[in-house]
Parts: sequence; C-alpha cells; structure tokens
Amino acid sequence: MRLRPRTPNAKKERRFRIGAAALPYLLISPTLLFVAVFTLFPTLRVFYDSLFLQNQAVQQPQFTGFGNYTALFQDPTFNQVIVNTVIYVLATVPLSIFLALILALLLNQKIRALGLYRLAFFYPTILPMVSAATIWLFMYTPGYGLVNVFIEFFHIPSQNWLGDPNLALLALIILGIWKQTGYFMIFYLAGLQGLPYDIFEAASLDGASAIQSTRYLTFPLLAGTTLFVTTIAVVNAFETVDQIYIMTGGGPNNATAMLLFNLWQTLFSFLDNGQASAISVILIIVLLIFTVTNFLYTERRDAYE
Amino acid sequence: MNENMRLARFKLRSILNSLGLLVLAVVAIGWAIPILWALAVSVHPPDEPLSAANLWFGSHPTLANYAQAFQIAPFVQYYINTILIVFGILIVQLVTISLAGYAFARFRFRGQNILFFLILLQLMVPSSALIVPNYSTIRQLHLFDTLLAVMLPFFGSAFGTFLMRQTFRTVPRDLDDAARMDGANWLQTLWYVYIPPARPAMIAFALSSISFHWNDFLWPLVVTNSTNSRPLTVGLAVFTQLGEIGAQWPLVTAGTVIVVGPLLLLFLIFQRQFIDSFLHSGLK
Repeated sequence: MRLRPRTPNAKKERRFRIGAAALPYLLISPTLLFVAVFTLFPTLRVFYDSLFLQNQAVQQPQFTGFGNYTALFQDPTFNQVIVNTVIYVLATVPLSIFLALILALLLNQKIRALGLYRLAFFYPTILPMVSAATIWLFMYTPGYGLVNVFIEFFHIPSQNWLGDPNLALLALIILGIWKQTGYFMIFYLAGLQGLPYDIFEAASLDGASAIQSTRYLTFPLLAGTTLFVTTIAVVNAFETVDQIYIMTGGGPNNATAMLLFNLWQTLFSFLDNGQASAISVILIIVLLIFTVTNFLYTERRDAYE
Repeated sequence: MNENMRLARFKLRSILNSLGLLVLAVVAIGWAIPILWALAVSVHPPDEPLSAANLWFGSHPTLANYAQAFQIAPFVQYYINTILIVFGILIVQLVTISLAGYAFARFRFRGQNILFFLILLQLMVPSSALIVPNYSTIRQLHLFDTLLAVMLPFFGSAFGTFLMRQTFRTVPRDLDDAARMDGANWLQTLWYVYIPPARPAMIAFALSSISFHWNDFLWPLVVTNSTNSRPLTVGLAVFTQLGEIGAQWPLVTAGTVIVVGPLLLLFLIFQRQFIDSFLHSGLK
C-alpha cells in the first residue's frame, strides 16, 4: 500500500467516500420511513394495545393480558363473525375459482365474439366494490329487483335477500363470485395459453380424448395458477368489508358481519380500542399465514423462471 | 376403433361443444345484466315508479337523474379528490421505489438484507388490518380529514421496491460503469441508465397502484369526513345513504354510473392493457 500525502484533494476524496457509504441508506430512507411508520410500528403497536383494556368504561388503559382475546372468544357475536367469515371464504373461494377455470377452458378455443365474452366476465373486476355493491343492492330489491324477477320466473316467491338472516350471507357470496370470477379467469386463460402445445399433440396422437387430456394434462399443468389464485382469493375474502358496509351493515342479526367489518365497527361504533386491536391481531395472523405462503410460492416461481 | 364409434364420438363431441357454448352465452348474459340494468334505470324517468312491469328505460329515457345527482352530491369534487389522491400516491411512490430499488439492486451495504426484509414485511401485513393504529397516527399528526391522510400510508411500497430491484438488476453493470467514467453522479446514472429500461415495469406498477387506490374504500372512509377530502368511493357511499334519496333507484344508479362510467369507458378502449396490468399485479 502506498502512503498518500495529505493534500486537500485526498481529504475531498475521503469525504466523498464517506458520502458514498451513506448513499444507499439515504436512498432507502424514504421507503423505510413510511414502511416503519405505517406498517412496522403499527404492527407492533396493535399487538401491544391488544393487551390493554381501553374503551369507554376505563379512564386509563389497563393491562389485561389476553383479556381482550378471551372476551372476544366468549362473545357470541364474535363467534358469529368468525363463522360468517369462514363460510364466506369457503364458499366464494372454491366456487369462483372453479367457475373461472370452466369459463377459461370454454373461452380457450376458436369462438366468435371472444372479446365480448371477456368483457362480460372481466368488467366487474375493474368496478370499485362500493359501486358493485350499490348495483347489487338494487339487484336484490324485494319485489322488482332482477334477482327476484329471475327466481319468480322459476316460480320461487320473491325474497327479501338482504333482510333475511338466512339469505343475506348467500347474497354477499353471490356478489363476491360475480365480482372476482373474471379476474381469476384471466389468470387461467394466461396459464392455458402458456401450456406446451406439443404435449397435447403427443397425447392426441396416442389416442387421448379431449376429456382425458384436460383431466391428466391441463389440470395438473395449471396447479401453479390455482395455488396462486387461491392465495389471492383467500386474502381478499378475509378482507371483505366494503359490500357489508354498503348493503347490510353487518345485519340482519349479525348474519353478514365479518372480521374486517367487525374491526371497523368495534373501533368506530363501540369505541373499544383494545378489542379492535385484538381483532386486528387475529386478522393479521390469519392473513400472514396466507400471504407468506403466497410470497414463498412466487419467490420460488421466480427462481425457476 | 371402428367407423361407427368414431362417428358417435365425433357427434358427442360436437354436442358437448354446442352445450358448452350455450352455457357460456347464458352465463355471460347473466354477468353483464347488472351493469346493463343500472345503465338503463339511470335514464328511467324519475316520476315513473319502477315495477315488475316497468323495469328498464321507462316510457321516455331522460338525463334528469344525472342532473339531479350532480346537484345533490359534489361528484366533480369527489373526482378531483380521487385523482389528486391516486396520482399523488403514484408520483411519490415512483420516486421512493426507484431510489430504494436502485440501492438494493446496485449497492452493497451493512444491514442490506435485514433492511430489505423489513420493507418486504409490508407485503405480508395488509394495511387494512392496521387501520386502528394508523388512524391514531393520522390523528396525532393532525392530518385527519385531509387528502394527505388518505395518501400517507402508501408512499412507501414494498411491492414497488421489490419490482424495481428486480428490474434494475437486469441492467448491465458495464453501462453503469461507463456512465460513472463519463463523470455522471448517482442521480444522473439512475435517471439516464436505469430508468429508461425500467419503464414497462413502472407502467405495470402504476396501473396496479392506480386501480388499487381508485377503488380503495375502508381507509378513506376512516380518515375523511368532508367533501374536501372524500374520494369517489366514499362519496358514492354517502350519496346512496342520504335519507332524502332512499330507494330512488334511478337516482342511485345515475350516481353509480357517474362513478364507474369513465372507468368503464377507459376499460373499453384499453381492454388489453387493463387485463395485462391485472395479470401482473397479483401482488398489490
């Protein structure tokens, strides 16, 4: 190593090097700041706040350990919320994915007016959920709502869909399927178009029928798409809130209250910060399981590509 | 396989095919009906009550519902707010993700991996689960009921940072070195060497950001409380829940069409781009 004389130039060079070492930190600092203030710190804070009693009944937050959680799980309303959410997820996710796959298979051939079909199935995706829910509020109107006009055609009497505790959740499930099936369909269409054509040709030469090659080639080859779409669908379903706010307000008799809506209600209607935080933690843990799966899966897929 | 069997099989297949097409057509009509009905009823004369016998356009289509909707609710202001929010978020995001993506793609620094991981945590904890603490942060910052409150939590984007890092990594290092040799500083290098090839990724990111924030409801509902800061989604919810409107469906559907009309029009024109951007934005 050569010793350099101390000249003004060397000093400047050293200052530049210190600046250079700080540069990457400077570059990431805005992102890091916003992520820290609105994601990292709040995540820790809801965990912490969920351990305190903090509502209209107490003047100062009181430490209560897991009190908020035990209170929640002993509360029949919250149990209903969990049941509703699980039913909603278990109904909308498989049904819309299955329908999306069928539609994609039907659309993945030479047919007339393909663009029109794609338009019909995909437009609900681009509508804000609030607008879609407003339209469906109208669709479900007792008497002349088109859903009722439709079922009356089959001699089923008109129903008060959103006012009947036995039907309200079903009404939201139908809206959920209508809203997202087209979105999942385009993933399947893209998946189908990416399938290796020569394998199908070989299968057909070997005498495989269309149904056989769909069953033994198409479905397994689309498994990646299905896993990806399922994760998105599950996370979206757990975050259902807009349509509940617009259409039912969680009613009748909590028949349509789900996790995120219940969180909003606990915070702004019941002003119970401690319980709202506990619900947030439950929601975060549930969603974390699915987003981590999604993340690991996409990482792995990227690694293969 | 004899000739008869082959023929039977062929017949079966064509029957199945036509059946498939029939199912497709019926389902497609079912899917399209809600928006078609909303469009029709939005021009239904307000003085003619809707009934099972008079369900669509009514006797003489009219724009009166639109005029009244604009009079009752400040939809123009809501549009301005939404546009300011959506593009405000986008512009800041494009800056922050380019800077951070560049740092993670081309610098080696202490704590790099842990910092990258911390940022990526944003992908795993959805913002909707954090409304409780974020609402109090906004309150503490005295930003409640401002456009900035709606935007602030989204200025940093883990997805965008990740996307930019991946994209910048594909830029040949030689180009970077050459630019430095020519005396370009880091900002000039970023601007002239890295940003141009990243444009397609940035456009994909922009479309997914715009569609997410254009449609977002819960967060703006929580932090806005007046016409000055409400976006379209919250504005529509307030409009439909006004007592004076009740079940005046022609008016409600007109309000809905005001909110979704331009969006649908853009979608009709740029269908391909919309669908592509949705395909690439599985991660929000």
